[in-house]
Amino acid sequence: MNDEFLPFLKKMLTAPGLSGFEGPIRAIIQEAWEPLTDELSVSKIGSLHGLKKGSADGPHPRVLISTHMDAIGMMVTGIEGGLMHITGIGGIDHRILPGQPVVVHGREDLPGVVVQPPAHLLPDSDGDGPVEMKYLLVDVGLRPADVAEKVRTGDLVSYGQAPMELTGDAISGHTLDNRVSVAAATLCLEMLQNRRHDWDVWTVASVQEEETLGGALTSPFDIRPDIAIIVDVCFAKGPGANDWQNLPFGGGVGLGWGPNIHPALHKAFEKKAKELEIPANRDLMPKMSGTDAMAVQIVAEGIPCMVLGIPLRYMHTPVETVSMKDVRRVGRLMAEFIADLTPDSMEKINWEE
Amino acid sequence: MTKKLEVSAGKSPEIGSSQLELLEKLCNAMGVSGDEHEVRQIVLEEIKLIADDVKVDALGNVLATKFGRGEDRVRVMLDAHMDEVGFMIVKKHEDGLFQFETVGGIDERQLPGKAVLVGRDHLPGVIGAKPIHMTTASERKNKIPLSELRIDLGPEIGDEVQQGDWATFATQFEILGPSIKAKALDDRLGVATLIELLKHAPENIDLLASFSVQEEVGLRGARVAAYTFEPDMAIAVDSTPAYDLPTWDVDGENTLYNTLLDAGPAIYAMDGATIGDPRLVNLLVDTSEEEGIPCQIRQPGGGGTDAGAIHKVRTGIPSVSVSIPGRYAHTAAGLARISDWENTLRLLHAALCRVAPDLLAGERRD
Repeated sequence: MNDEFLPFLKKMLTAPGLSGFEGPIRAIIQEAWEPLTDELSVSKIGSLHGLKKGSADGPHPRVLISTHMDAIGMMVTGIEGGLMHITGIGGIDHRILPGQPVVVHGREDLPGVVVQPPAHLLPDSDGDGPVEMKYLLVDVGLRPADVAEKVRTGDLVSYGQAPMELTGDAISGHTLDNRVSVAAATLCLEMLQNRRHDWDVWTVASVQEEETLGGALTSPFDIRPDIAIIVDVCFAKGPGANDWQNLPFGGGVGLGWGPNIHPALHKAFEKKAKELEIPANRDLMPKMSGTDAMAVQIVAEGIPCMVLGIPLRYMHTPVETVSMKDVRRVGRLMAEFIADLTPDSMEKINWEE
Repeated sequence: MTKKLEVSAGKSPEIGSSQLELLEKLCNAMGVSGDEHEVRQIVLEEIKLIADDVKVDALGNVLATKFGRGEDRVRVMLDAHMDEVGFMIVKKHEDGLFQFETVGGIDERQLPGKAVLVGRDHLPGVIGAKPIHMTTASERKNKIPLSELRIDLGPEIGDEVQQGDWATFATQFEILGPSIKAKALDDRLGVATLIELLKHAPENIDLLASFSVQEEVGLRGARVAAYTFEPDMAIAVDSTPAYDLPTWDVDGENTLYNTLLDAGPAIYAMDGATIGDPRLVNLLVDTSEEEGIPCQIRQPGGGGTDAGAIHKVRTGIPSVSVSIPGRYAHTAAGLARISDWENTLRLLHAALCRVAPDLLAGERRD
């Protein structure tokens, strides 16, 4: 996978798959996981489940790797004069939208741009403040009659920015949150191909993290893992982001720490990273992790969770940026951790401090 | 049959795939005011075999002359500016981050979350924004100031980017149905139009084409170009905003649209910098009517073109502006109709064919 890793990621980054409409991205992940897993299935609400069987004798404990595959985006709320009104799906800062390339998924895919109308066509305001999303428009360059034929209210709108490679093994684009984590999980599966592992490895590409956590609440109910590793992006240091929440960009794996995380799992990962000399930093999540772990943790009788983070700049903009080094580190750390699990490992995941 | 000097109008120009390819090359090139090099090279390459005389002047304008035939040829200056709005790197920070300043009129609200290209090597970079998760609702009521924005080129950028390097939006030219989506349509549409007019120059005039620099920062190139050419008249060919969008108030009517897409070339009766010479305005309107080429009068008001500088050079130069209407100028992606461009080109060509000494013989009046 190593040589094909970046092309695979870029393919995922250009595929649509907004929350609740993950079909196109699921098909791409399914194709990649097919040769890496023993069984693949799709949940009732669209999450992809892959099982790679463990080789221990007797009943196998199960580890779940959960990565959400859905993307934030927009939806058409109305059409006027050939231009579309929009609303957000997931958390979008309207201040990054004017001038943004997008794709309207109408009866065909229509590339277009988000438009900030001039002040004289907007309600009286201070003139140069940010324009609210309800006043922004999307223009696909077609005449009104063609737009009426090809677009209707409820159609999805994706970010259209193509991925770019920056210096220092960095990649920038939209929906790196959370396709880079899917890539890391895929890398982990790839590494496990040549390793013996006792536990069953369940890999899930979950749906609707950005809206309802629907995927993360339901897949673990079906799978009933003994432990869960949630992989998501975390906040890297960068412009406007230099506080305690921010980890060094390209500086290693974020190891989640807080009420969503089982402390024994955290410590096990911390130890493993040290052992392997994989750079890692504690990612503090004092209230909640803002990831699928919030849901996975409370499924059925409760599941011990760990959150691994890939430090990312400019989250939820179309120029999200990560270092590929960190993506590979997360993949490797998970693979090594899983390969080391033995049938009795669960005994160590306890509350004895 | 007596042999007499045939003054030919030449073939009327059209927009086909080769014209669109040229426009694509021009729009994707970087040419921020003061750094028009890439555009100038494309222009020089295109016109070197066509024009009778080509020179690059002290400011970097490309001045090309195509002589007509016969007596009493009016010297007609056509102007289109090569420069575009963009950015200059002003300070290097740690971790691959660069502070930048805008060059020309750019709304800061158009900057966060955009891809850019930096320097002669077009190095890819991004202008990020703080994650929404780390912002407060009251913070989101204010725009992100330019001083807080950075261009991010990745952590291992070396000395290849320096203070003073220029940058533009990374938008690549795209055809969307009947439209063109690109950066810098203002005024590469004009540049491409002038190249086509040089290729199809009518023989009744001397065509003096100025591919001008520094329009966006003060109409500087056009001023000296007009001095050098000393023309009898001038036409600035530019791109002007089409604000033909819905208003926020669903019952309201948008009466301030400036121009409309699909309504053809926009002729300037008056803008913030020039009162169009009525003889030239009438020439264009009459030509439109007689040739059946659609045109519109740009709603008189603010704004300006290179004509604002040209008409006041030397003892005065009768001037007018004609623009291809375009939406979203000075942002990452403008949008114009191919048909409006073609009609602009046709109207200008047909009007130039009608230029005769008596056009300007009369007093300036309507």
